[in-house]
Amino acid sequence: MSEQSTNGQQISTSQNGSPAAGNILLDVKNLQKWFPITAGFFRRTIGHVKAVDDISFQVLQGETVGLVGESGCGKTTAGRCILRAYDLTGGQVLFQDHDGKMVDLGPLTNNEMKPYRQQVRMIFQDPFNSLNPRMPVIDIVGDPLKINNVAAGKELEDRVASLLARVGLRPEYMRRYPHAFSGGERQRIGIARALALDPRLVVADEAVSALDVSVRAQILNLIKDLQEEFNLTYIFVSHDLSVIEYICDRVVVMYVGKIVEVAETEELFDQPFHPYTEALLSAVPNPDPRMRQQKARIVLEGDVADPANPPSGCYFHPRCRYVQDQCSQETPELREIAPGHFAACHFAEELTLVGVTASGELG
Amino acid sequence: METPVLIEIKNLKTHFFLDEGTVQAVNGVDFTIHQHKTLCVVGESGCGKSVTARSILQIVDQPGRIVEGEILYHRPDRLSVAGNGEWTSGATSANGNSTTEIIDLAALDPRGREIRAIRGQDISMIFQEPMTSLSPIHTVGNQITEAIKLHTDMLDDEADEHAIELLRRVGIPRPAERLGTYPFELSGGMRQRVMIAMALSCNPALLIADEPTTAVDVTTQAQILELLEELQDEFGMAIMLITHDLGVVAEMADDVVVMYLGQVAERGDVDSIFHDPKHPYTQSLLKSIPRLGVSRNRQRLDSIRGMVPDPYNRPAGCMFGPRCDHFMPGRCDAISPPAIPLGPGREVHCLLYEDE
Repeated sequence: MSEQSTNGQQISTSQNGSPAAGNILLDVKNLQKWFPITAGFFRRTIGHVKAVDDISFQVLQGETVGLVGESGCGKTTAGRCILRAYDLTGGQVLFQDHDGKMVDLGPLTNNEMKPYRQQVRMIFQDPFNSLNPRMPVIDIVGDPLKINNVAAGKELEDRVASLLARVGLRPEYMRRYPHAFSGGERQRIGIARALALDPRLVVADEAVSALDVSVRAQILNLIKDLQEEFNLTYIFVSHDLSVIEYICDRVVVMYVGKIVEVAETEELFDQPFHPYTEALLSAVPNPDPRMRQQKARIVLEGDVADPANPPSGCYFHPRCRYVQDQCSQETPELREIAPGHFAACHFAEELTLVGVTASGELG
Repeated sequence: METPVLIEIKNLKTHFFLDEGTVQAVNGVDFTIHQHKTLCVVGESGCGKSVTARSILQIVDQPGRIVEGEILYHRPDRLSVAGNGEWTSGATSANGNSTTEIIDLAALDPRGREIRAIRGQDISMIFQEPMTSLSPIHTVGNQITEAIKLHTDMLDDEADEHAIELLRRVGIPRPAERLGTYPFELSGGMRQRVMIAMALSCNPALLIADEPTTAVDVTTQAQILELLEELQDEFGMAIMLITHDLGVVAEMADDVVVMYLGQVAERGDVDSIFHDPKHPYTQSLLKSIPRLGVSRNRQRLDSIRGMVPDPYNRPAGCMFGPRCDHFMPGRCDAISPPAIPLGPGREVHCLLYEDE
């Protein structure tokens, strides 16, 4: 795809603010993940849910990329494909190896995948279900070290203790079981486990969504601190735009398995180019009662399209305020509207969409 | 503009008696809900906001029960839904309200006839997860008309028609066809709309919404909140909205109650809670949320240190003491702060304001 190469160049040149400008750690190309729909006694495949359908984006060394969208938009599936928790239906997940070579994780077998599983780790959403209730913390955090022959015995214990201390837990508690910890503490255990092997890329899937407001701020701060300390790169999957804005350098907005907009965070929030992004921003409740009157909230009609049976043309057209005839017939390509800012909308240049200004007002 | 009082909660205590000890889920809560107004109860998990709401309807799960306090329901003289479903009480009770009957809901038998007549008719409730709170084996139509037939003398046909009208009103397309569908055939937002239709079927005076938008997407949340506002204008019910999302509070509330560990930290009108918060907990809660457009350039969020204490192991004195930046040794850990009035409908439970 010709669009692909321009896409790559643009992003790498526009990232002069990030620690290693242009150093692409992860390059997702035309990633597809379809889940079969089966029916009948023989479980014949009668169709596919196109959970992720041909998405491409890049992640630079040291940055935080947000994947945002409503439930069913494929953001979690995309994250799991990158981890190879799912086998890909199509496309490539190119990951930069230690020696700088790009390796496609897609076709690797489980054995071949093993060294990369140390480098790409995950933080899960639900701190209650993602920790084995029958394992004490030392095993939960220490097992990755044991399995990969990194440490054993006393050394392992020391490593776990220092990891726990780093995420703000008391090392004395390492013999306790997960039930003895609150939600926020469990999420810290999950973070310690993800960091145990000095990963280079961490996929955080709704890592703070299940937490209370006051604890959420603690964990967000922790995630940010750890990034600086360990030179981590994050893919941050979330539906919460205010969290995304706080933590991400660049944002990928998804809708029904496709990318509708990619831009640097500030760009995207100031001046969205896709009507879906505009609607998402407008739907976020503003925690200031005095803003109530000034805000013309865009309420989207209807529900998210069914990924097994998506609408024709632009998937967003049945809910779009600016819909025209062309939208139901032609599928818009993701194109560059402004430097480093991509949107998949036929009318991106013509529409004047409303973002969020820095003062927090919608303006 | 003040409207007449609808619900008056005085020193409510709901405790759960477990083997490990007693959990004081709600421990001395006072607030009032006014007619036609929206009251938001906000707090973190475990603060007792849901148990307070369930106490009003006397649907606290075993082994919990109300051990003390009053929930005074000022029943508007009313209420005929039989005819066209018009709300009739507002006008008469607003001027004079001499005929208002006062019922102490806390004193009623949770299984008795009186409270059952109130549930679903005077006060109804919608829940967080519409999939688990709707019956999976009954059709949408069945579940809505059940309440209508229970509380009114409508016949089957009339009840069906009323249900269709309600479904149309909450924005469900092709409502007549939907009567025969089961909840699993609907999306999350649609299920929540069905719940709302069911809750409004008998024109309640109070609608309790317990985290109604927590399980749905932000765009669906906008739809549901908009719908609740419209319906409130139309039906005139009061709404008690329970949420942990301060954004939702700012958009919906007239009055706000901030709860922490079973007690009220602070209450007042929405503007003063957001722009002049008094309690250190409210202040730090407001500082700890990322805000669109505001938090972008800030490096760190202010967080509240520590975490909500274990319910079996509550701190002495002020519940928020161990996490508070204004902690006064010898005072905050000794005295449980009383309600300090700051104005009409506005009070704070904090010793910092004792002299004022």
